[in-house]
Amino acid sequence: MDKTRNPVIIKLNQVKYTWPGNNVPTLNIPHLTIKPGEHLFIKGPSGCGKSTLLSLLTGINTTTEGQVEVLGEDLSQMSGSRRDKFRADNIGYIFQQFNLLPYLSVIENVVLPCQFSHQRKAQVTGDLHANAAHLLDKLHLDKTLRDKPVVELSIGQQQRVAAARALIGNPALIIADEPTSSLDYDNRSAFIELLLEQVNQANSTLLFVSHDPTLEPLFDRSIDLRELNQIGEKA
Amino acid sequence: MSPTLSLAWKSARNRKVTAILTILTVAISVILLLGVERIRTEAKSSFANTISGTDLIVGGRSGQVNLLLYSVFRIGNATNNIDWRSYQEFSQHRSVDWAIPISLGDSHKGFRVMGTNHSYFEHYRYGKKQNLAFTDGQEFNNLFEAVIGADVAKKLGYQIGTEIIIAHGISDVGFSRHDNLPFKVVGILAPTGTPVDKTVHVSLEAIEAIHVGWESGANLGNNPTAEQLAELNFQPKQITAMLVGLKSKIQTFALQRQINTYNKEPLSAILPGVALHELWGMMSVAEQALMAVSVFVVIAGLLGMLSSLLTSLQERRREMAILRAMGARPRHVFSLLILEASALTFIGLIVGILGLYTLLAIAAPIIQQNYGINLTMMTLSHYELSLLAMVQGAGTVIGFIPALRAYKQSLSDGMTIRV
Repeated sequence: MDKTRNPVIIKLNQVKYTWPGNNVPTLNIPHLTIKPGEHLFIKGPSGCGKSTLLSLLTGINTTTEGQVEVLGEDLSQMSGSRRDKFRADNIGYIFQQFNLLPYLSVIENVVLPCQFSHQRKAQVTGDLHANAAHLLDKLHLDKTLRDKPVVELSIGQQQRVAAARALIGNPALIIADEPTSSLDYDNRSAFIELLLEQVNQANSTLLFVSHDPTLEPLFDRSIDLRELNQIGEKA
Repeated sequence: MSPTLSLAWKSARNRKVTAILTILTVAISVILLLGVERIRTEAKSSFANTISGTDLIVGGRSGQVNLLLYSVFRIGNATNNIDWRSYQEFSQHRSVDWAIPISLGDSHKGFRVMGTNHSYFEHYRYGKKQNLAFTDGQEFNNLFEAVIGADVAKKLGYQIGTEIIIAHGISDVGFSRHDNLPFKVVGILAPTGTPVDKTVHVSLEAIEAIHVGWESGANLGNNPTAEQLAELNFQPKQITAMLVGLKSKIQTFALQRQINTYNKEPLSAILPGVALHELWGMMSVAEQALMAVSVFVVIAGLLGMLSSLLTSLQERRREMAILRAMGARPRHVFSLLILEASALTFIGLIVGILGLYTLLAIAAPIIQQNYGINLTMMTLSHYELSLLAMVQGAGTVIGFIPALRAYKQSLSDGMTIRV
């Protein structure tokens, strides 16, 4: 997909989301746009709707009101399996707990998204495993670790494997959900710098969610979800 | 290897203890299923092999199963004997090739004693038209000589030259023994897997001789000695049954009819194959029960697999959520579990088949030696293959249960990792 064609990569319009069984909406965002190539920092303490926002952006849940457009496509209009395919093709996701599969080696974990998405596999130039190894190199992961089971890696190393997994196949959008909360400060900055470098090379958009305000200066733009989410005012 | 298959494999390998146990459960149930099936078919064929090459069995008038039971299986007693003259008439019938007279009624330590003559050793066939063979010694030539079956020799530890006492009737108790007239073992037969193994063979004349003085059914004294008897010429007056081989099978029904309508004596002639078939039909309940048991074992094995898959599903919620986040669609999750269940069943089948053949290879010589049943190492029959296909099918179908659950879970969990 041509990332430069759309002037906005994410557009939220009058979005409201109410979890099933709740009376009041958890999320109420009148407007949000994110431009391609932006590095956006979304901050906010736990419980302010971060997970809900991410689940809407990734199409796990669909809005009860309003539109969520990602790459120019309205996610709420898509069928469940279309959203699954869309997510697999266009979104690289880094989890708070990294979530590597313990029974796969480092390289196998990295190439995993390409096994479920033809588009991301097609966007890899050259050999898939060589590409994964290259990414890991650039994220400064020791060569000797590539074929090790992931459980033998340190937290910092696992984090870099998770980043490589999100980056492979150059997805248009990379979402990082508090990926640094288990790292110490020095490792955190180093990790984010490496991540940003790779995101730039891949020409992807980065959405970085964290409750840690000290990371804010590293990003182009920063949004406080408490300000964005007008839940208290309209409910 | 497709990505899903390779993931299923690696994931199962990660849980290898459970996977191996599941495979073993399936394998053991498969061994039992195939084993029971083998035993059933072997028993059936060995049953059918008890007598072979005999065209007609002739005895006093009775039902065909009864006649077969006492003449071939040595079970029960004859209701009536055949007059020696009838035997002579039919054994010299123009369409008769050979005839074996059989005289039953006495026993030795629980084994039946059968009086017969030379043609028994020459013409009696069992299994696939096999002749009787001697492991030791030869057939009897004198009055007080006996040839014993393999089981008799083994159980009682008899050898050539051992002297044995025959009892009158089938209960071997003190007052009914022909103890003044011991027999000498002159031959031991090779195992056949038929009632022949459990039989003590003596000559027809000997049966007559030991009953001199027993005409009323009990020993009334005045028994002659062996020396006195040896000088006499015993002509049997009656025999229990006769086995007949014909020159041409075409004459079977004609002779059968002639014997059945013989007006000097009420006789029955039966076709051994037909009677065997009827007898086996009576035992089919046991056969079906055996089969039912092994089917239940397979079901138990598959349920074991189901429970282990369902248990592991809870632990694997996280794994499924990760896969979903990596772009796996619910159908990938679904097929992952189906594949796992199918693969576990399949490996279980292979291990089971290998296990069965290993067991057969170990057991076959022992069974051949002890029971005379030849367990052939034949390849899987069509029926066995279809049984295996059913097990595989059931294994895959059972995989749908955890697969559907995982599918639903992965729809509701999404990428949220709930551990």
